[in-house]
Amino acid sequence: MGGQWVQFLAGGLTSGAIYALVALGFSIIFNASRVINFAQGEFVMIGGMSMVSLTALGLPTGVAIAGAVAIAAVVGLLLEKFAIARARGADVVTLIIITIGASIFLRGIAQLVWDKGLHALPPLSGDNPIALFGATIVPQSLWVLGVTVVIVSALSWFFGSTRLGKAMLATSHNRLAAQLVGIDIGIVLFASFGLAAALGAVAGVLIAPITFTSYDVGVMLGLKGFAAAILGGLGSFPGAIAGGLALGLLESFGAGFVSSAYKDVIAFLIMLAVLFFRPDGLLGALRTERV
Amino acid sequence: MDSLARCEPNASSRFDALVARWRAPRTVGFVALALVVALLPLVMVNNYYYDIAILVALNAIVCVGLNLLIGYAGQISLGHAGFFALGAYGSALLASRYGWPPVVALAAATAGVGLVAYIVGRPILRLKGHYLAMATLGFGIIVSIVISTEDGWTGGPDGMPVPPLTLFGFVLQGERTWYWLAGGCLLLAVWIASNLIDSPIGRALRAVHTSEVAAEVAGIDSARHKLLVFVVSAVFAAVAGGLTAYYGGFITPAKASFLHSIELVTMVVFGGMASTLGAVVGAAVLTILPQFLTVLKEYEMVVFGALMMVTMIFFPRGIVPTLGRYLQRRRP
Repeated sequence: MGGQWVQFLAGGLTSGAIYALVALGFSIIFNASRVINFAQGEFVMIGGMSMVSLTALGLPTGVAIAGAVAIAAVVGLLLEKFAIARARGADVVTLIIITIGASIFLRGIAQLVWDKGLHALPPLSGDNPIALFGATIVPQSLWVLGVTVVIVSALSWFFGSTRLGKAMLATSHNRLAAQLVGIDIGIVLFASFGLAAALGAVAGVLIAPITFTSYDVGVMLGLKGFAAAILGGLGSFPGAIAGGLALGLLESFGAGFVSSAYKDVIAFLIMLAVLFFRPDGLLGALRTERV
Repeated sequence: MDSLARCEPNASSRFDALVARWRAPRTVGFVALALVVALLPLVMVNNYYYDIAILVALNAIVCVGLNLLIGYAGQISLGHAGFFALGAYGSALLASRYGWPPVVALAAATAGVGLVAYIVGRPILRLKGHYLAMATLGFGIIVSIVISTEDGWTGGPDGMPVPPLTLFGFVLQGERTWYWLAGGCLLLAVWIASNLIDSPIGRALRAVHTSEVAAEVAGIDSARHKLLVFVVSAVFAAVAGGLTAYYGGFITPAKASFLHSIELVTMVVFGGMASTLGAVVGAAVLTILPQFLTVLKEYEMVVFGALMMVTMIFFPRGIVPTLGRYLQRRRP
């Protein structure tokens, strides 16, 4: 009985960590540009698929990971440069449609560069399961959790102690005021897309050995990441992490105790219920509307 | 003499009012659309054209409703495929499993969807912006998963057959019959929508779009108006869903998917928000375009995605309003 709980907890935290990384990407871009980037899931896909190709080329794992993350980051930067920056000032719905167009475009490119098949990646350190409190845990889960913790710490250092990070934070609080103190909003926007894409790619590299990867893996992961970001409170970094973990755990326990076919339904129903009581997410600041 | 002199300006002003009413953009748009529907059969040489025209009309019905919600009330929905699919599966199930006459099944399914929208809409519409987008998206995904999972009822991912539509004992079949039916329904939808827009409700909705707080201060019950337009748009989607199911004779969960919701929103934004004619044009372009893009085979997605991005970057207001402005500027 206890083993079952630990098992669901481990599974939920693993997928929750991935959702948290994707949700962080959503929040970083949202803070800089007020855009919901529906192509965020595609960065996860590009990370995973690039990793497959680079590993197949025989590159050492570390180099392959760096390469995969770099490829996704460049795609993110290009997306900002050629699509988002040009449509600045457009309506929210219009911007959503542009990023959806981008996600279809990137999936199409992925289909051409790679194929429509499923691809597997070897885990980072073997696949001998570890027994823990009566549950069996794959080592890759520990990698997912460990790397997520490292990344979250690195991000909090970045936003708290570097010039660019502080500029990004300032922009998210008040864009006009940030501009007035001399922050180049263009660079902040550009950097936020690169950073979000890199985070997505890390998630893609980490999750591929557990779930396989293919050209359309980003659709569902993107939606889950968006759901996590909303659940926690859009634009809040602690909220994105809390939302991601909560979503992962809800899914895992819902699948274990209620029905695996309805695990997403359970997760989304609870998310809706949370929104009814806290319309700005778990950790979102309560807003008042100005006229 | 005296009475005549008094009468004349009165009559001419009444005539002016009549002319003004006929020259109002909504009347001109409606007449233009009716002419297109009536004259299109002259250029459609085979059933393939009719088939596409029917699909355009059915999608356009959804878009005209969705445009009321997105374009006029300013409330986004990423879950309207859910209402579409509920209308389609509801009609199909009532007609095939319970043997209800198809028209009655369609009416009942539509009423059911209206009720669902009313119940779901009350809490959901309290949310704003991206939170509303997520909540409607969640609703759509829940509907889509339920339809795919309950295979005893819906046939699961494989879909289910739908009996043909019958009316007063006649079986409606063949592309030409369906063309007039779908075209007629589209005109009715446009007529209802444009009347709604020009009514006090429409003005209230625009006020809500501009600022909810200001609208409330002016005495508009914004929650009630948002709910009303949400239910109306869901009902439009359900009718189109039911008709699509009867026309195709088969229905799959793809119609309930997130991608279908996105497709519907894209049609509205592409054509031009807050323009009923724009919604119809958007539905037409995005229904016809993929038919041509199939020749590109594996490049289809790349080209479609790129077109979506480029159009929205260069025409962020949508095609019809952009063209309208261009034409107005050229007029002296």
